Amino acid sequence: MLLETLRLALQAIFRNALRSFLTVLGIVIGVGAVIAMVTVGQGSADQVTADVEKLGANTLMVLPGEDPMGGGPPGTAVPMFSLRDNDAVDEQISSVAVSAPISQIRSRVVFGNENRQTDVVGTDNRYFEAAQWEFALGRPFAAAEIQSGRAVCVIGETVRDTLFSTRDPLGETIRIKALSCEVIGLLKSKGASTFGSDQDDFVIMPLRTFQRRIAGNTDVSVLYVSVRDGVSTDRATEEIEALMRQRRRISADEEDDFDVIDMKQLATMLSGITDILTGLLAAVAMVSLLVGGIGIMNIMLVSVTERTREIGIRLAIGAQASQVLLQFLVEAIVLSLVGGLIGVVFGLGLGFAGARALSVPFTPDITIILVAFAFSAAVGVIFGYFPARRAARLDPIEALRHE
Amino acid sequence: MSDAGSQSPLISLSDIRRIYGQGATEVRALDGIDLDINEGEFVAIMGPSGSGKSTALNVIGCLDSPTSGHYLFSGTEVANLTRDQRALLRRHYLGFVFQGYNLLSRTSALHNVELPLIYKGMRSAERKREALLALSMVGLEHRAKHDPSELSGGQQQRVAIARALAGNPRVMLADEPTGNLDTKRSVEIMEVLQRLNKEAGLTIVMVTHEADMAAFADRLIWMVDGKIERDEPTRKAA
Repeated sequence: MLLETLRLALQAIFRNALRSFLTVLGIVIGVGAVIAMVTVGQGSADQVTADVEKLGANTLMVLPGEDPMGGGPPGTAVPMFSLRDNDAVDEQISSVAVSAPISQIRSRVVFGNENRQTDVVGTDNRYFEAAQWEFALGRPFAAAEIQSGRAVCVIGETVRDTLFSTRDPLGETIRIKALSCEVIGLLKSKGASTFGSDQDDFVIMPLRTFQRRIAGNTDVSVLYVSVRDGVSTDRATEEIEALMRQRRRISADEEDDFDVIDMKQLATMLSGITDILTGLLAAVAMVSLLVGGIGIMNIMLVSVTERTREIGIRLAIGAQASQVLLQFLVEAIVLSLVGGLIGVVFGLGLGFAGARALSVPFTPDITIILVAFAFSAAVGVIFGYFPARRAARLDPIEALRHE
Repeated sequence: MSDAGSQSPLISLSDIRRIYGQGATEVRALDGIDLDINEGEFVAIMGPSGSGKSTALNVIGCLDSPTSGHYLFSGTEVANLTRDQRALLRRHYLGFVFQGYNLLSRTSALHNVELPLIYKGMRSAERKREALLALSMVGLEHRAKHDPSELSGGQQQRVAIARALAGNPRVMLADEPTGNLDTKRSVEIMEVLQRLNKEAGLTIVMVTHEADMAAFADRLIWMVDGKIERDEPTRKAA
């Protein structure tokens, strides 16, 4: 009997193909919107994760201070690191591939009539390795330049663009505060980071040069650590913490006065934000699915009125109320399921186009597809029930008399 | 459903009343009807508008329940059945033919005839065979695949008769079956009904306002104001 009911429903649907299509449209758009939103949102989240991983999935930053993420000037009372701290991390910890000492300030750099406010970084060649910088022009520092603290520098693409336009910067001398510094290298552009900052906006010089000629101290403010492939960042973090506690003579009952930041945690935080956004968009799309359901109810109600005579005939020849109810209910469910199905295809197409347009990966999620599909079926049951009940309660005599 | 034998009437109404509304607006559509119809009879009900002839047919056809009185169908009291019980009674024992044909549009003649059989739970192959048989009884087996819109009024009404026949009913109830047809087609329809009555022994109860059509029946019941005024054999039968 259920099979017959299904056949009856399909016949009724195809007997009114255009109206059925219009009925289904709301569900198609609702399901499509949910799937497209979630797919694009998921793609964005994946993109963020991928970006952060490119930026350094295996990267740890070691900073002095108790809570570097909490703001406030770091290290007011906390001692900075030294080059020896960095070298200890670099050489004594097996899970560390390379650790670069970094000290930096914000300063104006000048060439001729041009100038730019930028990051001035003191480090050594280990930084190029740890952060995977490649040279577009020139060379990294020579050992002698690092040892003696020569006034040489490597610049990023943004600085080159401002100071030299398209000219070759090699061999030119730029001025940073009182220091005149020869440009010996230009780094390949990495573009904007996931966080939106320009990664190419800096000038790099040997750490000793920076300490003596710019900062006037021997501090190292950040250790930029690249973890060896195949070693978990958690293990490296533990080892670095143990070593630094020992080097900084922190007793067992004291808190760390430094912090190891895992870039992966930042990635998690960012994709968390993206997830929230995706959820919000999906909620909006769910509302449109609900509206689609109300559309089905409207059209089913119209359909019941229009088909009053048909219902009368069915009742007269012996259909029971429950059978008429079932027929209209099945019709509504079939409609919403078909709508759901078309919506899935439509949503995936839209998601694909959206992902392309935003240049994020297209990663359809089977869970959300099933959820949206199940929801559309539920819409059919809930919003189909009321019209179906109205049909079932018709009086056959009245229904047959209906014009 | 028990069968009380050919001696007791198939349909037996006693003091049937059907009253709509209450108090001042009360309408007595049926006001104490007593009527026995035997198996194999062809009965025509006539009367002016508002005389209650359609209401009588609805009550006999179990589309409606009487307000009071007794209705024995094949010896069983059916006056107080529930809606669904009446639906089952209609499904298994009654066939309906309406003035407006009431076929499903955009649905083939064959499928229209199959409709009551679907509710009887008959399997597809058997259903099709039965439906074709019913169509052949009204001479329309060659039109089985046609939609109602492709058939003439007379043909549509014959499809409707086939639909009523398909359930193999004990009684066929016809409400103004020729009301929408010209005389020639009307006569054709009446000949079909008469043949079914004479050859297959089908009991038929028909409401009509045309004396010519009533003349095809064996027995004429004349109703006025919800009461039976005359109950007599038609001239032809007499």
